[in-house]
Order: sequence, then structure tokens, then C-alpha cells
Amino acid sequence: MTDHSEIDKVSGKSTTGHEWDGIKELNTPLPRWWVWTFYATIIWSIGYWIVYPAWPLISTYTTGLFGYSTRASVRVELANLEAIRGEKMVKLAATPLADIVKDPALLALARARGKAAFGDNCAPCHGTGGTGSKGYPNLNDDEWIWGGKLEQIEQTIQFGARSGHAKTHEGAMLAFGKDGVLKPAEIVTVANYVRSLSGLSTGAGYDAAAGKKLFADNCASCHGDAGKGNPEMGAPNLTDKIWLYGSDEATLIDTITNGRAGVMPAWVGRLDPATIKALTVYVHSLGGGQ
Amino acid sequence: MSVWARHQVFEKNSIILVVGILLVIAIGGLVEITPLFYLKSTIEKVEGMRPYTPLELAGRNIYIREGCYLCHSQMVRPLRDEVERYGHYSLAAESMYDHPFQWGSKRTGPDLARVGGKYSDEWHVTHLKNPRAIVPQSIMPGYPFLAETELNAESIADHLRTNRTIGVPYSDEQIANAIADLKAQADPDNAGTDAFNKRYPKAVVRNFDNKGGNPTEMDALVAYLQMLGTLVDFKLYNEKANLR
Repeated sequence: MTDHSEIDKVSGKSTTGHEWDGIKELNTPLPRWWVWTFYATIIWSIGYWIVYPAWPLISTYTTGLFGYSTRASVRVELANLEAIRGEKMVKLAATPLADIVKDPALLALARARGKAAFGDNCAPCHGTGGTGSKGYPNLNDDEWIWGGKLEQIEQTIQFGARSGHAKTHEGAMLAFGKDGVLKPAEIVTVANYVRSLSGLSTGAGYDAAAGKKLFADNCASCHGDAGKGNPEMGAPNLTDKIWLYGSDEATLIDTITNGRAGVMPAWVGRLDPATIKALTVYVHSLGGGQ
Repeated sequence: MSVWARHQVFEKNSIILVVGILLVIAIGGLVEITPLFYLKSTIEKVEGMRPYTPLELAGRNIYIREGCYLCHSQMVRPLRDEVERYGHYSLAAESMYDHPFQWGSKRTGPDLARVGGKYSDEWHVTHLKNPRAIVPQSIMPGYPFLAETELNAESIADHLRTNRTIGVPYSDEQIANAIADLKAQADPDNAGTDAFNKRYPKAVVRNFDNKGGNPTEMDALVAYLQMLGTLVDFKLYNEKANLR
């Protein structure tokens, strides 16, 4: 060890023996308790090597006496979660939708689970609370593009709309202008007719009779003779005040010219059946469920 | 002479000290890093992983260029709450072709490891242009220029080649057709889509930004986002064999 025999006269402490330009360093070692704690942590780490996965070997590694595994532990945690949710979630998965709504306890569970799942998965498009935005339907009102009955909502959540899934809703608004079915002047006329269906004002020089005929020839097959829509084809009701893309003339002309085909992803596979049921009940209960 | 006196050799000779430090770090590196290259348990055996298509790789480059990783991680950790929110925890195999990986530990925005297929292309386009148009409470910046910037496809073959140098199994054919494949994936009417699908089975061909003409940077980024976390077939994944 370095020579500690020299004693500094002023402080009375020993020096380390290091000297710079006549200045000598006092020997002030770390407290003993600190040093021993440090050694103890090194010994403690040997225990870790033994009980936890630690050392690499030729073709494998030491797995440790505890047999700990992050992935196994998350499996256990997920199983515990299932146990906490328990029979209620199993019951929810097994109960038909119509009966869930009749059972207050199940209904409360479905709404709570549905609300949480809605926030994680649906809110980015449909908005917090399902208020929607342009192109993404509001789920609080009683206008349903693909139907507002429990079974219809469940089907839409499962398979989406134009999602690419084999069972998805397929209908789409045709591009009457782009595909050359209607001339630009005709599109303006029929756009004004559509506005008149819900009592909105029409432009100057608008020919109501021509609009009605154009609608009957081109639009009625999906939207119905009176423009009441058809959930089978995803054709919205045009007589109410609810508009997915907008009701002003310019937007309607855009819609009729270029068509619309909003996409909703299929959730079957991504979400488990019980969660989809819970979402169905939650969305149905937002206000407009039929 | 005590062990402390011997240690003075390191304390008093800087070159010897540097050599000593390098030696100790090298041993640590050998023990901690080398086994990951030969232990079979490092990367799980899975079905479905394939290298990125040229369009997806271009999108990934834009993702890195714009610094998306500063707010978004791409790793669902094996924790209950994360699995509940995002889906199956990420596997090492899922980032085996990532150079560099995008794991990250800071999430100002949500994790994106399983974002593929969760939203529509249109949602991604609108959201990337102006996030608050759809998500009012979002603090993400808008990237409207992506939709107007034509994708620079010139160098894509070089990107594939560079990835091959560090172990991504691109074939000569894939590299030779990189530019054609890049254009084919963003245009379902392109004559090259069949050839593209042969080279990249199950890759999705769509007009991601719903605009005509050459692929934009938006096409590339949305194509990349829409495939994230969708490759591995978890029905065929042996979870029990890969507990660790």
C-alpha cells in the first residue's frame, strides 16, 4: 500500500503520498460502511446469477433456479386479469346480444368494457364519445349507414366496411361524374334536388322536375325513391339533417362526381368476441340504437 | 508489494490505463453481445416475416427522416397493460430486418408496433396532413408536404443493396426491380403488380394516398404504417416454445 506514514502537521491526518508542486493530498478514505456495502452488493449479484437467467453458454444460457421469464409472467398476469373479469366476461361472450341488454348487470359490464375498448380502438376515427368527424360517422345520432340494430352494429364492428375482409360491407357511392354517367350540369341539378329533400335551399334556376327525374334514374336504386336510404347497401338517408361529408352544394357535387368509399377496418381477430360484443352494446347505447 | 502498489502501474501510466480499460470493456462486450449472434433463442422462429418492399422501405426512411421515433416507439412490451391496449407483445423476429430498429422507450404518442390495419388509409392521410382534423386533442405536428412531394425512387435499389450487405435477404431480382416494384405497389392498375406480388407474396397493393400519378411520400409512409406488426402469423406462433 502507498506510504501513509507521513502526517500532515496542520490537520493531523496522514497523506496519500501524492505530491504536486509541494502540495500533498490528505488521505481521506471512503467510510468503511460504504466500502462494505459496496462489497456486499457484489456478493449479492452472485445470488442473481444463480436464481435468474444470466450467463450465456455454448448453445443456451443459464435459466436460473427461479425459472423466471418475462413472457411467462405476462401470461400469468393476463390469466389473472381474465380471472378477475371472471365468469362475467365468459357470460358476456356466451349471451346473445338481445339478452345482454335485458340483464342490468351484464349491460353495465358491457358498457364499461365497451367504453374502455372504444377509447383505445375507435376514438381516433369516431371521436371521444363517438361524436365523429367529416367522413367518420357520428355514433350518437339515430342515422345508421349499415343499420343500427344490435346485430347490424356487431356485424359492422366485426368485419368493417370495405375493409378487404371477405364478409365486409361492400357497397360504395359511385363516381357519377368521373365515370361519365352524369354531366356536370346534371350533377349540379341532382345535388340541389338532394338538398331539397331535407328542406335546404336550392340554387337559382334549379329545375326541380329534372332533379327528381335524375334522382329516380340514378340514385333511387340505392337511396330509395324518397331518398330514405338503405342500410343493406350502406346508402345513407338523404332526407334528414345528418351529413357524413357535408350538405353544402360544393361538397355534394364532389360526392356525386368522385363517389365516396370510406373504409372501416375489420376488428374480428384484433379484438376478442366478448370485447366486440361489449363495443356493440356500448355503441348501441350511445343514443341512437334501434 | 501489495496489490494496491501493483495498481499504481495503471494509475501512473496513461497508455497502460487505456489498454487496461479497453481490455475490460472488450471482455464485457464479448460476454454480453457475442452470444446474441449464436444463441438460437435470440430470434424466435416465426411464420410470415419478409423483408420490406421497396415502397415500405422508402416509407420507413421517411419515418426516420421526419423523426417519428422521437415520439413513437415500435415495441409492445410484455406487460399486461400494453398487451391489453396494443395486442400481442413484440417479438425479436418482428424487427429482424430493421436497420436500425425503432423500439424506443419514450412515448409522447402511442406505440406503433401494431398500428397496421388499425385505421383506414384515408384516416392516415388526413391525420398526417393535420392530426387535429380528426383527433382534436392531438399534439402531433402536421406533415401536409408528404402528400405533395413525389417520392424520390432513384436510390431505392441502393437502399435494398445496403440492407442486403447487413443481412436482409433481398434477392438479385428484387434489387433489379426495386423501382418498378415501388411504383407497382402504389398503383393497382400498374402492369407490374403481378410480378410485384410474386416477389413479395401477401404484400398489399393499394393506392394509399388515393391520388393518381407517381407515388408520393405519403404513399410510402402510409404503406409502411399499414404493414407494421401485421407480418407474423400468430396462429402459427408457438408461444410456449418461446418463453424467455
